[in-house]
Amino acid sequence: MIKIKSHEELNTLQKNFEDGIKNEPVRILVCAGTGCQASGSLKVWEKMCELAKDTKISVEFAPEVAHDHNHPAVHKSGCLGFCEQGPLVRIEPLGVLYTKVKPEDCEEIFEKTVKQNEVVNRLLYKNKITGEECFNQSEIPFYKGQTRVVLKTCGTIDPESIEEAIAAGEYQALAKALFTMTQDEVIKTVLDSKLRGRGGGGFVAGKKWQQVAGQPEKIRYVVCNGDEGDPGAFMDCSIMEGDPHRMIEGMIIAAYAVGAQEGYIYVRAEYPLAVKRLTNAIKQATEYGLLGDNILGSGFSFRLNINRGAGAFVCGEGSALTASIEGKRGMPRVKPPRTVEQGLFGKPTVLNNVETYANVPQIILSGADWYRSIGTENSPGTKTFALTGAVRNTGLVEVPFGITPREIIFNIGGGIRDDKKFKAVQIGGPSGGCLTEKQLDEPLDFDSVKKLGVIVGSGGLVVMDESTCMVEVARFFMEFTHRESCGKCVPCREGTLRMLEILERIVAGQGEMEDIDKLRTLADLIIHTALCGLGKSAPLPVVSTLNSFLDEYIEHIQNKKCPAHVCQKLKQYIIDKEKCKSCSKCARGCPVQAISGAPKVPYEIDQDKCIKCGACMAACPFKAIYVA
Amino acid sequence: MGVMKIDGFPVEFTDEPNILSVIRKAGIDLPTLCYHSELSIYGACRLCTVEDDKGRMFASCSEQPRDGLSIRTSTPRLVRYRRMLIELMLASHHRDCTTCVKNGDCELQNLAHRLGVNSVPWGYRERKYERDFSSPSIVRDPDKCILCGDCVRVCEGIQGINAIDFAHRGTDAMVIPAFNKKIADTDCVNCGQCRVVCPTGAISINTNIRPVWEALADPNIKVFAQVAPAVRVAAGQAFGGPRGENVMGKIVAALHRLGFDEVYDTTFGADMTILEESKEFLEIFEKGGPFPLLTSCCPAWVSFCEKRWPEFVPNISTSYSPLQMLGSVAREYYKDPKNNEGKKILSVAIMPCTAKKAEILREDLKRDGKQNVDYVLTTEEMITMIKRAGIEFDALESEAADMPFGIGSGGGVIFGNSGGVMEAALRTLCEGPDRPAIEKLRQSGVRGPGPLREFTFNYKGNEIKAAVVSGLGEADALLQRIKNGESFYHFVEIMACRRGCIMGGGQPAHAGFRTKEARKHGLYESDVNTQIKKSNENPTALALYDTLIKGREHELLHKHKHAS
Repeated sequence: MIKIKSHEELNTLQKNFEDGIKNEPVRILVCAGTGCQASGSLKVWEKMCELAKDTKISVEFAPEVAHDHNHPAVHKSGCLGFCEQGPLVRIEPLGVLYTKVKPEDCEEIFEKTVKQNEVVNRLLYKNKITGEECFNQSEIPFYKGQTRVVLKTCGTIDPESIEEAIAAGEYQALAKALFTMTQDEVIKTVLDSKLRGRGGGGFVAGKKWQQVAGQPEKIRYVVCNGDEGDPGAFMDCSIMEGDPHRMIEGMIIAAYAVGAQEGYIYVRAEYPLAVKRLTNAIKQATEYGLLGDNILGSGFSFRLNINRGAGAFVCGEGSALTASIEGKRGMPRVKPPRTVEQGLFGKPTVLNNVETYANVPQIILSGADWYRSIGTENSPGTKTFALTGAVRNTGLVEVPFGITPREIIFNIGGGIRDDKKFKAVQIGGPSGGCLTEKQLDEPLDFDSVKKLGVIVGSGGLVVMDESTCMVEVARFFMEFTHRESCGKCVPCREGTLRMLEILERIVAGQGEMEDIDKLRTLADLIIHTALCGLGKSAPLPVVSTLNSFLDEYIEHIQNKKCPAHVCQKLKQYIIDKEKCKSCSKCARGCPVQAISGAPKVPYEIDQDKCIKCGACMAACPFKAIYVA
Repeated sequence: MGVMKIDGFPVEFTDEPNILSVIRKAGIDLPTLCYHSELSIYGACRLCTVEDDKGRMFASCSEQPRDGLSIRTSTPRLVRYRRMLIELMLASHHRDCTTCVKNGDCELQNLAHRLGVNSVPWGYRERKYERDFSSPSIVRDPDKCILCGDCVRVCEGIQGINAIDFAHRGTDAMVIPAFNKKIADTDCVNCGQCRVVCPTGAISINTNIRPVWEALADPNIKVFAQVAPAVRVAAGQAFGGPRGENVMGKIVAALHRLGFDEVYDTTFGADMTILEESKEFLEIFEKGGPFPLLTSCCPAWVSFCEKRWPEFVPNISTSYSPLQMLGSVAREYYKDPKNNEGKKILSVAIMPCTAKKAEILREDLKRDGKQNVDYVLTTEEMITMIKRAGIEFDALESEAADMPFGIGSGGGVIFGNSGGVMEAALRTLCEGPDRPAIEKLRQSGVRGPGPLREFTFNYKGNEIKAAVVSGLGEADALLQRIKNGESFYHFVEIMACRRGCIMGGGQPAHAGFRTKEARKHGLYESDVNTQIKKSNENPTALALYDTLIKGREHELLHKHKHAS
């Protein structure tokens, strides 16, 4: 492989690769994000490859020869985001998007779409409300409301091919920075763009860079936080898997700006695909001279290492993360000194997360003004969210800041699944809180949500419907933060344990009214005295549910009832006397003999004996048993 | 430099490393459980949280003082937080306080009392873990651990051993040796510094009080004790006396009352060590190597050297430590029926040190398969025994140590300070009239602050390059420099504990800066008040060379082979 030695060589190469792609008569892009892989997209890809082979057409993208042949190419693409409808297959240049594709559909796709440019209608997405078939991505409501900056090429290129990335214009921002901008100009552009850290804190990225660049110590590091640990979040995962070069390019630009020679990407070991693709991307970039010594002949050198995290949530905290890279126990330390002064190995360190770095190339290319034209004044740009839970269209979305949660949930997300009623949306993961119906029309940006007592966080959006018990949600998150507490500071280690104990009591029907006060007092203590940001925010899910759903807590405590019928110990299985036909099936199915009755007499459940297993309800042929 | 407002009062600050130090300087004893000025700042207990004018809260240990900053240290909210933090710690702490070894001396207990914690609303913690009795020096009781991390930081940061560290997460987190090994199976050198900083009963001294007490009551056993120099300047405070006062006379009296038949002074042993070690040094010095000669009196250091720096083991002096010297000589002395009165003999050493408990068990220090000293009791254990027996220490009349091993020189008594061994050894090499020569040596740099002191000494026109180091982390760095050829010395004194034996692992804990200084001055003052300054002028020691040990110096006073 040839090392690119100048901006001109990069341009030539880009042109070649672009032509190569243009010359592909048909491009078949099978989504190979984690979501689609889970629903079987690799089988689809294999089948497509097989079909392509049988028809003697190339399946691998080979840039050197691509423009010479007339064969369709089959590619694995990064996450297209619409995970709910996966596996997704995109056929270019026709632009059609097929949903829920199975291996057995491939032949038809091949015969009709690939060979004859005809659409297989049954595989198109159908608008849930209008019933209309959507031919391509842009017609699908899920994509309509989105603005894809970070995810621009995620899903349209093969993430394992740097050639496709280069063809798509990646590394052009790096070349621009290296050859036409000084280090200060790069920092100034990022500062002017007001890009804020996407990891949760929302700290202005340019400021961090500026502070690191201004340190007297000359050895500096650039570190990427890919330790996405919030339950239900997969934004960074999708970027690393779907378009690793964009993020790597952002890191190289950051390194150039602050004068760092070495960088680390800290990825959770639970993201094997991300690790694989990043490793591959770093290898390819190094081979092309985009990483390593004398990048693009500019004289600037930067080496990038991957560090796998062992899965501790706390390692997403800056000082714990750097400690972990150093081989120490992942435990936050006291600040000051801050990471920008003494971070990794005690040296000044730029630490941003995946999405933050992925924003950088486009800012360099299109300028700070362009970036600020997206989003709101103090939260410019877009934010990716992992939309999950009781929403119709789960998946990965990217929206401009300032959008309302209602737009995300109801327009992009398609509303609540099974036509149930919306109850709340959890934002910011275990460090965040719940937004309720009343707050759905507030703009979503760093500062506005803070006023609502929650944080944007890294981008998890868990939608909850009326069948969700908010006390149980609070308990779930508290169990998570308690389990993930590093154990260093007293309020987080011991306080979360006691809060969890109280919540466990309440969902088991053993709560007392004074428990609510105890929860609030403990939360207040932890928020104000914990050592690190994760500790300080650990009680927020409880505080926010206490504020918005106090009645549910009281119902659990005073009436020993779970209004959503979720809490196992508070469930009551009841036989409707009108509907019961005295068939005795329920009694025979009961493992603890809690049901008694006689022919022609309605059966009854002894609530003291009942273990709430639900076997009776499943056994009843007349739907006479309900949960109260 | 600047002025801060603390609880409304202006307080000047200069080079204080953090707001907590400024607060304490202002005379407010803000509670902490994880802060030690000599260790790195950890920030785990959060008890030192204060509030600024805007209601912002932060831990004062980890914030730098700023000019014009105004903080409050005891608002109702802060007091409530502190009480809750203690309640939370107590809830997860195995609370058998009334029978705990630390009862009455526990920092957690004291703070609970001080902060008015009168109930723990979060349940009771049963015993979860096994105690670790594997070490002859310390006992680990993880159920008492509050995870303040002091022991981890002293072991890693000051001693450079890393025998213990944190494992597991959240409420499962605990301080353990790697792979949950027994402490005796680690690189632990028994220095006991972890036990000194432990605020609770999680790490305590492995006590030998019971067998000693039983022997004291046995009319068929003659029990004698030797008392190390550092003990006499640390014990008095436990009985309400002033810091650092030399209470040797009262200790002798108290031990006699406890039933010890004879009470000797380890200073005598120290003089013997110097006699042998300086001879050894001169031999090497005149021979031209191998350098440096390393001192042998600190068992934690010897153990460290064997584990971490085996290549330096041959450099360690073969002379016995003072404890072994006295123990060995006394063993010979009591072989004489005239001296043993037909009774069995039990040899006890009162030491400021936990590592001495391990030293006496060493195979290479046994003679004819027998230990030179039967039991080591630490200063803490001696204090416990005196209190347990109800002896009113402060009311005792001083008594002199017993002969023939009751006399020591001033050089021997300063052994307890870092630099003391070196100073005592070099004193024997001083030429000319004593007073000015000793004064000159005193000023040479052998004394002074800091864990490392380098200086030169003129001997018969030749320059002796010497170094004094305390703290094993510091010693480790020094040996590395010597190995790399960056430093050269003829003679190096190494003590495992910072400041030397006065801050040993068996000394009463909670010593603040003033106590440390007072103990040091206490020993130097004892030297001033002693007529015999030089070890080689100790008449009883010299007499032994003509009698008991004549021709047997090597057998009785030297280690024969190093375990390597």
